[in-house]
Order: sequence, then structure tokens, then C-alpha cells
Amino acid sequence: MRMTILNCGAIVVVGMLGAIPVVCARQNPGRVHQDLSVLPVQGNLYMISGAGGNIAVQVGSMGVAIVDTGNGTMSDEVMAAIRKLSDKPLQYIINTHYDPDHTGGNESIRKAGVTITGANVTGNISDARDGAQVIAHDNVLNRMSAPTGIQPPEPAGAWPTQTFLKGKKDLYFNDEAIETIYQPAAATDGDSLVFFRHSDVLVAGDVFLTTSYPLIDVEKGGTVQGTINALNRILEIAVPKHEEEGGTYIIPGHGRICDEFDVLEYRDMVVIVRDRVKAAVRKGMTLEQVKAAHLTRDYDARYDAKSALGSADKFIEAVYQSLSPQKK
Amino acid sequence: MRTTGLLLVAMLIGVSGFAQSAGAIVPSPGIDLSGNWAPAVHEDQPERGPGPELVDFLGLPITEGARQFALSWDASRLTLPEHQCRVHVVSYIYRGPLNLRIWEEKDPQSQRLIAIRQYISTYEQWRTIWMDDRPHPPENAPHTFMGFSTGKWEGDILTVYTTHIKQGWIRRNGLPQSDKAVLTEHYMRHGTYLTHVAAINDPVYLTEPLIKTQTFRLQVQAGQNWLYPCDPVVEVDRAADDVPNYLPGENPFLHEFADKYHIPLDAALGGAETMYPEYQTKLKNAAKK
Repeated sequence: MRMTILNCGAIVVVGMLGAIPVVCARQNPGRVHQDLSVLPVQGNLYMISGAGGNIAVQVGSMGVAIVDTGNGTMSDEVMAAIRKLSDKPLQYIINTHYDPDHTGGNESIRKAGVTITGANVTGNISDARDGAQVIAHDNVLNRMSAPTGIQPPEPAGAWPTQTFLKGKKDLYFNDEAIETIYQPAAATDGDSLVFFRHSDVLVAGDVFLTTSYPLIDVEKGGTVQGTINALNRILEIAVPKHEEEGGTYIIPGHGRICDEFDVLEYRDMVVIVRDRVKAAVRKGMTLEQVKAAHLTRDYDARYDAKSALGSADKFIEAVYQSLSPQKK
Repeated sequence: MRTTGLLLVAMLIGVSGFAQSAGAIVPSPGIDLSGNWAPAVHEDQPERGPGPELVDFLGLPITEGARQFALSWDASRLTLPEHQCRVHVVSYIYRGPLNLRIWEEKDPQSQRLIAIRQYISTYEQWRTIWMDDRPHPPENAPHTFMGFSTGKWEGDILTVYTTHIKQGWIRRNGLPQSDKAVLTEHYMRHGTYLTHVAAINDPVYLTEPLIKTQTFRLQVQAGQNWLYPCDPVVEVDRAADDVPNYLPGENPFLHEFADKYHIPLDAALGGAETMYPEYQTKLKNAAKK
């Protein structure tokens, strides 16, 4: 049985057999084009979408942890949605990567939370309870901050408060292990997967999405091989329940709730396009020639975002530059 | 007369009220499809048994993108562990060698029909067709191989609408079906025969709806539904980023089907045009030139 929240805010229990979790579409009169939706995923996890990148929410007896904070334009609405899921304190924010549509709400949402440190520490440090902790790979902090005297791209209140350099950062909260797993040079140089082990839900950030081609930002250290490695890491972690379906659920950076098979088809697509571009590079084709060859024709109707990162052109460009950096 | 009319109205209201009260008999609005059904594999047998030929896309309304996807597809991809236990999507499975068990689920108090359920023996697939007017899930809900189905009776025909279907294939020689596809089905029972009509609309890989029909026969023997345990293993030691595929223009089987049956390659490569009788005229005219 699962709980879900409907328009009216009422909590409804939905039978699971054969059913897909029902809905919550919350109306926001001021921004009707940006309705938030809240979907139960599995275990302690929920997914909020409609405020930029997807936001994962873990609730439990100890409090609330979230993964990413959206683009910041709907932080009040996001907090209101979280409050409908739990009235416990927001203690942790984990950022999957730097992009503003995933970290834009850091500053405002962090302020609504609290850091609860252990034993005598809280009592001795007056500001230790000021806002939730923000966990991310060190490169996220590097991208958001700047050396003293230089204007940083993001305000200090939005920066990660706790970073790690390699491998993974472990956390145990709400009776489950949470692994924040660094994926080098994937969509950017600061991507992490966040795996909630008891709930069996993995939050992928922008290394996996169902709405467009991969958002590989070469300027920010992203590569196609790192993206493939990250997708393969998801496949290693995920375990389907029955015949490649269910089991571990994956929350993508953008789009719908997925399982291993959905990631598999996406991984295959990225590898196949990489193979084609690699062959073209070997033939000495220029970037323009590669773009004109329609190497993504079989996937464009599904994944071409038409503009910016996520478009077929930008994807081909990122793959080409990843494979032949000297030919930018 | 007026009094009589009012009385008649009052009686009708009373009957209606009685019909909705607990304990009343609520007949099913349609006919009962319950039973064990087996497919009569009397059409497209090669596709339903051994499988379709490679690069046989004839008569399918596919897009250029679907064609490129399928020409890139290498059957060795099915040896990848994560692909080994993939199953047919709801829009394809009824062409498989399946036994199909159908039963009704009714509200225990009112006996109203809540759902029509199916067990499809190939791949142990369970399917629910909701008959209680519930809405389909939001766009961001998970997709499954069976999708999310709602049904309604249109006379004696059960019409079913299915969304949230995972990516699959419209033919298991690599022709894809996207996760944006929706399926409309009609179930028609004629005694011990069941006709199943399926129309697939896929905005990604089809230019027109793909419509297929299947016939099932009622089985009187029990125990005709089998299990399908699947345990993937590493069959070929590959690098993690090795996904078998053919580069554009390098599919070695491109001409195999066309040459074997002496048909033009253009026809073998399919497209909506190849579905219609006029295409034969076009081919004959081309041959004359």
C-alpha cells in the first residue's frame, strides 16, 4: 500500500496490485504552467517534479533529506509540498551536480531546514543549527564559489557545506544507508548518484533523463565516456524484481520514474551514438559533416530537445568533442 | 391519467433505488470473457514461432527513424545480461505462443465489476484492466511492460485503452516501439472463440496506426498456464560499454530477406506505403521500366 497526495492535500491509500501510483498535481494559481507533482516512488522516497530538475524527498522518523532543490523559482511551493509529506525537520540536501536547475533552490530551501549535530556540539556552536547541511562533490562547490575577492556565480548561502573528493560519501538517516557516489567526468565534473539502500531508490541527476539526450556539458568537464560509465554504474546497482521490471527504481534528472530496463535502453542509445561518432571521427569527418549525417535519426523523435543541451546537435557536438578534444 | 403517470414515475424511481441498494443483483454490462484461452496460430506463423526474418519490415508503417534503429540492431544485443530477461510489451505479447487466463474481479458487496485480470503464461505476465472509471496515472509515473489499462464495454465488445508502456518492439527483429506508444484493443467473444484486435499508435516510430488481430480458442483443460523463470548470466565476456550494433550502412543482413523472396529491397524496408494494395501496382510499374 502506498500513500499519495491529491490536489486537495488529502492523503489517500492506493492499492498496489497492478496499479501505478496515483498523483498529486498541486495547483499554483500564480504559475499554473509550472504545477508541481508529487509521486510516491518506493519505501521512504517521493519525487517532486515541475520546479526545474526532479527533487527526491526521503521522509522518516528522524526528519527529511532531499536530493536537489530545483531551479529556485518555486522554493516556497517545494517546501510546502515537502511539509505535506512530513512535518519533521529538513536536515540534509544532497546535490547531484552543479546545474542551476538542480541547485537553484539551495539557499532558500536550506534556510527552511536545520542542522542537528550530535551531543555537545550543537550547544557550543551557536550557528550549527542554522539551515540544513548541503552535501555534494567538491567540484560542485568549486563551480558555485570563487576565490576571495572574485564574485562567485552563486551566493555563499547556496554552496555545499559538506563536500567529498572521491569515491562516495556515506550517510545513515531515517534508518537507511544513503550513498552519494561520485561519477567522474559524466555530464559535468561533479556528478553524483544518490542511492537509498533500504528504499531501493537511486537518484541519477542529469546523467540519466527521459526527456532528452544526455546533458553533457563539455565546458564543465563532462564527457560521453563518463556518462556511459555513470549509466553502467546505475545498471550495476539496480536489481529488477521480475523479468527486467520493478525492483530498484531510478529517479532521473528530468522526466518519469524508471527502473533498470529504462536505463538500459538509454545506455544502449548513448553507446550506439558514441560508436557512430567514433567511426566518423576515425574517417576524418568534421563536426559539421557528422551533424549532417543524421547519426541520431533513430532517436531524434524521442530525445531531441530541439534547443540547448539535450538537443541532437548539442549531443553530437558533445560526443564529438569528447572523442576528439583537439577538434573543438 | 396524471396520477397514474406520477405513480409510474415513482415506481421507476423506486426500482432504480432498489437496484442500487446492497444485495441487489448487478449484471455485468458486457459478456464474460473468463476462461483459459489458447492462441490459434493460423496467421503470420513464422513470426509467432521461430521469429521474423532479419530486415523484413514489409507492410509496417514505420518511420525512417524506426528503420535506422532496426538496421543498427544486432541480435547479439540479447546476450547482454540486462536484455536476457526482457519480455514482450503488451502490444506484442498476444502474438506470442501464450496461454491466456482471464477472470473478473468484482466488488464483494455490490458485485460491480472492478477489473478484468489476465495471466499470460509466456514471461509470467499479469495484467489488470480497470473497469471502474479510474483515471490513468500522471505522465511521470513508472512505465511497465503491460502498461496501465482501463476498459469499457461497448455493447458486447470490450474496448481497452493502455498507456505507460515501456519501450519494446513492434517486431522482434529490431523494429522498436517507443515508450510514448498507446494501445487500443477490442475483445470480441463468439462462443468458444475470442477475437482480439490491437491498434498501436506510436508517435515516435509509426507514421500510421499498426492494427493486428489474433484469434484465441477456449481451453477446457486446466493447468495450461506455465511459469517462466529467467535468471540472466554473462554469456559473452564483453567490456561494460560494448553494446552490439551495426554502424550505418554496415548491416550484413540488409539484402538477405529481399533476395530470398525475390522482392525489391525498398519493399522489404517497409513504410506505410507497403501496407496498401496500390504498392503492388507501383512495384509492377517500376519493374516495367
